[in-house]
Amino acid sequence: MHEVSLMESVVALVEDERRRHRFSRVQMIRLAVGTLSHAEPDALRFCFDAVTRGTIADGARLEIVMLSGEGRCSNCRQLVPMADRFAPCPVCGGAEVRMTAGGELRVEDLEVE
Amino acid sequence: MCTICGCGTAISREPVSARSVALHAHNHAHPHTDLHERQDYEIANGTIDFGTGRAGVHVAGLSQERTLRIERDILSKNDMFAAANRAYLRKTDAFALNFVSSPGSGKTSLLVRAIADLRDRWPIVVIEGDQQTSHDADRIRAAGAPAVQVNTGKGCHLDAHMIGHALDRLPLEPGGLLFIENVGNLVCPAAFDLGEAHKVVVLSVTEGEEKPLKYPDMFSASDLMLLNKADLLPYLEFDVDACVASARRINPHIETLTVSARTGEGLAAFYAWIEARRAL
Repeated sequence: MHEVSLMESVVALVEDERRRHRFSRVQMIRLAVGTLSHAEPDALRFCFDAVTRGTIADGARLEIVMLSGEGRCSNCRQLVPMADRFAPCPVCGGAEVRMTAGGELRVEDLEVE
Repeated sequence: MCTICGCGTAISREPVSARSVALHAHNHAHPHTDLHERQDYEIANGTIDFGTGRAGVHVAGLSQERTLRIERDILSKNDMFAAANRAYLRKTDAFALNFVSSPGSGKTSLLVRAIADLRDRWPIVVIEGDQQTSHDADRIRAAGAPAVQVNTGKGCHLDAHMIGHALDRLPLEPGGLLFIENVGNLVCPAAFDLGEAHKVVVLSVTEGEEKPLKYPDMFSASDLMLLNKADLLPYLEFDVDACVASARRINPHIETLTVSARTGEGLAAFYAWIEARRAL
């Protein structure tokens, strides 16, 4: 449920950019969301219109790029794909795989006018 | 309203002490840069209410379509406020713990007990987070510690900006302890750094030993698990070892203690943990 406050943070970052770059409308906001992150892309999309209404981002399109997970096993030291943050290493079965990618929650770029 | 940064439209319905005014004006725990959002909240009867809605924004500027590369973390603002809180706590030589759990795990009872046991050792202040009511802060004040209630309204967690404002209103003494009781929710508070030294997850033995596997993010983000309500163990089929094993599967580095806020069992070990951790 914290997708609402994440989306409010996105609007705040867009506001920052408006102060810096001067624009009057946002056409598109592109987010990068890791598959192992805290956020559900569907929940982000679900709250987008409600959160952006009446803000600088009102009427913008939301695009979400999903980034896949990857981690390094503490046991075999290999870089392995991660589908689940807490699953054992797919190579050696080691219990601790430290995430190196897939936790991203980032505003990538904006289309503005 | 903060007279320096102009944040918020805080309406105080109670006399604000000279001390808290001074704290707010001269010792603001959060930085006054453009990261500070205009945020509507109200203060009444010692409760900071963040559920009163946001102000709209007005739009002006040039008109020419273009793409702006941003590449900024969505949580970067929260993390900046958290860093400011952490710097303030370090400067004050204060030690902050962020207590997280599902509703009903006994967090408030645990804090009430800890305040009674520790208040002669360390000055303690408390920030209470709930969606509504000042019930928990009232309990903490009755136990003898200054407390600020933060109501999050629709929000399901505390964020670092709320903590900055709550710190402005608390008489945190050098060398003291700050206990933050987060909103009862085993999901969202895991994502929000408040500037604390450690997250402490409280799990009661009435909840089931597989909870760490069901809500892994919280157990992954915490450094200590307190298994509370141990006095009920004789009446339950709760396997303490299986629960600890579940938690370790998610977070091999998590420490665990079995305690009872009601009888005091195991709390000496918790207090020793605080003492050891704050000395680091």
